[in-house]
Amino acid sequence: MIRDTIILRVVIKLLLPAILLFALYVQFHGDYGPGGGFQAGVAAAAAIILYGLVFGVSAARKIMPQKLLFSLIPIGVLVFSGTGIVSWFFGANYLDYSPFGSDSKSGQHLGILIVELGVFITVFSTMLAIFYSFAGRSEALPSNLENDK
Amino acid sequence: MVAAVIGVIRSRNLFVVVILGGIYSFLMATVMVALDAVDVAMTEAAVGAGMSTVLLLAVLGLVKTREAPLRHSPFIPLLVCFLTGAVLIYGTLDLPPFGRQDTPTNQHVAPYYIKNSVKETGSPNIVTAVLASYRGYDTLGETTVIFTGGIGVLILLSTSRRRREKQSSKKDSLT
Repeated sequence: MIRDTIILRVVIKLLLPAILLFALYVQFHGDYGPGGGFQAGVAAAAAIILYGLVFGVSAARKIMPQKLLFSLIPIGVLVFSGTGIVSWFFGANYLDYSPFGSDSKSGQHLGILIVELGVFITVFSTMLAIFYSFAGRSEALPSNLENDK
Repeated sequence: MVAAVIGVIRSRNLFVVVILGGIYSFLMATVMVALDAVDVAMTEAAVGAGMSTVLLLAVLGLVKTREAPLRHSPFIPLLVCFLTGAVLIYGTLDLPPFGRQDTPTNQHVAPYYIKNSVKETGSPNIVTAVLASYRGYDTLGETTVIFTGGIGVLILLSTSRRRREKQSSKKDSLT
């Protein structure tokens, strides 16, 4: 990991909010423009990974704790499938969002937003968790451990 | 793209290969933009060029960065590649020309989506409407696939680390 280059550090700090903002834009603008939960999740995970590459994985773990991440992975799937169960309670078919709003259009709109949020959570946390475990392995290698002692 | 592929084949330095793979993915994303598939282009740029490059670099941190010399002749893999490529190209000969309206794929449900998706879902982006609403089951399946894949990778990676920690603690107790 690169830790001594000041140019990288400053540029990354400038870029991070822009990347995260773009991810949120892709997420919530998915109804109108290209993109959606999957792309937004990858972009947001890329922002944290970029931070982790430059400042070290332990610094990234402070922003996004690993335990929280592991619980977020199933939560995304549960949000998605739970939306379908909620539509059962409205008397509609599984994953039919029409009864969520006052008319079917606003209901569909809300349903798509919630479902995309579920996709976002799962994709974001899965990507980041895989990165953590790979990068964590390289830090926990025996050679590095001996250096620490 | 051809230059990137030749570079990947020729180079023995795995770091160069990973970076060239990222460049290839970015070029692929521009192809997707040229085909008017902006959603796919974004995914390709983010996952193909960004995420997989970073993950491969993380793996390179664990292994040697030089490719090991070949132990078998490259003739049979080359033959298999050429045969598969030839069959695929033969298959494309029967495809209808790109962008024709009267092809079977464009006659089935696509006109319905184009006509009714704005009316029924209020979303001007037909791709999102199809993905999240009309084909919600498929997207739920995709999310579950990502979930399952991620959990599988995490289990594989975490068990071996736990074993190593156990071994090192054993060593500590011995010394």
